[in-house]
Amino acid sequence: MKILAIEDEPELAEVIRKSLEKELYLVEHAEDFETAMEKISLYKYDCILLDIMLPGGSGMDILAELKKKDGGENVIIISAKDSLDDKLAGLDLGADDYLTKPFHIAELNARIKAVFRRKNLNGSNQLTIKNAVLDLNEREFKVDDLLLELNRKEFDILNYFMVNKNRLITKSALAEHVWGDHIDQADNFDFIYYQIKNLRKKLQSTHAQFEIQSIYGVGYKLVEL
Amino acid sequence: MKLLNQSLKYLSVSIFLIVTIWSAIFYINMLDEIHDSIDDGLDNYKLLIIKRTEKDGQVLEKRDFEEGNFTIHQITEKEALGMRDYFTDTLLYMENEDDLEPVRMLTSAFKHGDDYYQLTVFNSTVEEDDLIEDLFYSIIWLYIILVASIVLINNVVLQRLWKPFYLLLGDLKAFRIDKESPVPIVKGDTKEFKELELAVNSLIIHARETYSSQKKFTENASHELQTPLAIISTKLELMLEKESLDPENAEIVGQILQTIQRLTRLNKSLLLLTKIENRQFSENSEISINQVVARSVEDLKEFADYKEVKILVDNSCEIQVKMDENLASILVSNLIRNAIFHNSDGGNVTITLVENSLRIRNSGKLTALDSEKIFTRFHKETQKSSSTGLGLAIVHAICKLYGFHVSYSFDGKHCFEVKMS
Repeated sequence: MKILAIEDEPELAEVIRKSLEKELYLVEHAEDFETAMEKISLYKYDCILLDIMLPGGSGMDILAELKKKDGGENVIIISAKDSLDDKLAGLDLGADDYLTKPFHIAELNARIKAVFRRKNLNGSNQLTIKNAVLDLNEREFKVDDLLLELNRKEFDILNYFMVNKNRLITKSALAEHVWGDHIDQADNFDFIYYQIKNLRKKLQSTHAQFEIQSIYGVGYKLVEL
Repeated sequence: MKLLNQSLKYLSVSIFLIVTIWSAIFYINMLDEIHDSIDDGLDNYKLLIIKRTEKDGQVLEKRDFEEGNFTIHQITEKEALGMRDYFTDTLLYMENEDDLEPVRMLTSAFKHGDDYYQLTVFNSTVEEDDLIEDLFYSIIWLYIILVASIVLINNVVLQRLWKPFYLLLGDLKAFRIDKESPVPIVKGDTKEFKELELAVNSLIIHARETYSSQKKFTENASHELQTPLAIISTKLELMLEKESLDPENAEIVGQILQTIQRLTRLNKSLLLLTKIENRQFSENSEISINQVVARSVEDLKEFADYKEVKILVDNSCEIQVKMDENLASILVSNLIRNAIFHNSDGGNVTITLVENSLRIRNSGKLTALDSEKIFTRFHKETQKSSSTGLGLAIVHAICKLYGFHVSYSFDGKHCFEVKMS
């Protein structure tokens, strides 16, 4: 999978690249409008991470160019502007998703995977880790074909963990993803600990070959056993 | 005290003083003039009587006043020579009044042949107490009439003259620096008011510039902070994923990350506040507050469970509001979250939807909060460091944007009420 990160902030581009390489993607970087236009005209990418405000031009023009070529790339807009107008305009122009800076890398990871999954959908929409299968269409979780009842939020948490296998998920990333945009003002993530505890208990009743580990009080990580 | 009444106060006091002094002087002068005129008359009368004594010796025999207003007594030469004409004020019995009345009396001496006589003539004069009384009442009337006419003139003239001032004052009272209303204008061409208008307007323009540059600063600062914050937190997240990191250091990195995330939250809240105040939310649609409440309660269920707080929702009324969906959910969830967060363990939250009004009551601290301050930025009731102190400021800003009224009251429980109409 080849990804092009169009981002003028070199440090941010660097962390994005490092993070995505962990998922075994091939990541290239363009730091201004000209380089980006050159790269998209020369090469083909599976996914493009697009910053709107770029030196030399607007990311929107790159998006328009991509859609004109119709190369089938997925585009995720990454913008510092949390503006609904930009979001609507971007999605209108054919972007697949819109992410506001600052974002958690787990969130970016989840968005990229969701975009790929949607693209490569062959009737089913499933996440599999060893003997466990999470069906996103049916919203079902099965271990060894045995159904485990999960409530809506438990399902969302597990989904997030499975997408970000072996990756650190901070409590605030989890809170934002599962409880919505503004829950991060909850000022207190202790309740997440109880959610995870409950989820672990349910998982232990199955023979799922993975577990959710705590990472230094900051967050959690799903690892295969 | 109104300007009108102030000027009236000074005018009435000074008029009172002027009228009092004037009437005293007037009284003295008038009395003097009366005495003068009576004295002249008496002098003349004296001369006439003395002339008559030369023709008619009988006159010299008049010992009592009776019908003529004079008496004549014989006196010794020594007495006569030691005597000067003198006037006295005295009382005499008057037939018509059946009472003693004040008279002016002239006592004089004259020589008739070789004898000396003392002549006393009198004339009735003004009764001073009557005069003072009459004068007093007229002065009182004069004073009342003067003050009344000043009130009248003041009211009509001043109110007409000051009209532009009061209009300007009304404009200024209604003026809000964060609204793009035009600067107030003074009608008419009174120089002082024109100058006032100029001064007020330059003040307003200056204040507006300061206000908008301050607002811009908050917005720009928050925006500029986004990227560095994103870089720091993602780098730290990557660092924590490294297997090589030993637990002790990882712990520290974790703490830094949490602090950075707090900073990010704070920054996000500030940006949100700025956006609300800059009216950058214009996607208004019909929102059912009941649904927003239900969703928020569902979202916050785990948080409430963790705090062992019971949430009761009373949907006795359907509330429909035209507003931005995002802001509606922030408004409601901030209030509910606040009610859970500041609750006591095992406490409760009652959410009541009544006619155009959302009430959220929660148990918690047993003393009232400072209702003046809770809606201001960065005001923290608790020392819980993880609180941004912006939650209620955001609620307040949203309410202000839509003309809602949010208030706080305490009756053993903390009650927040948002009137949406």
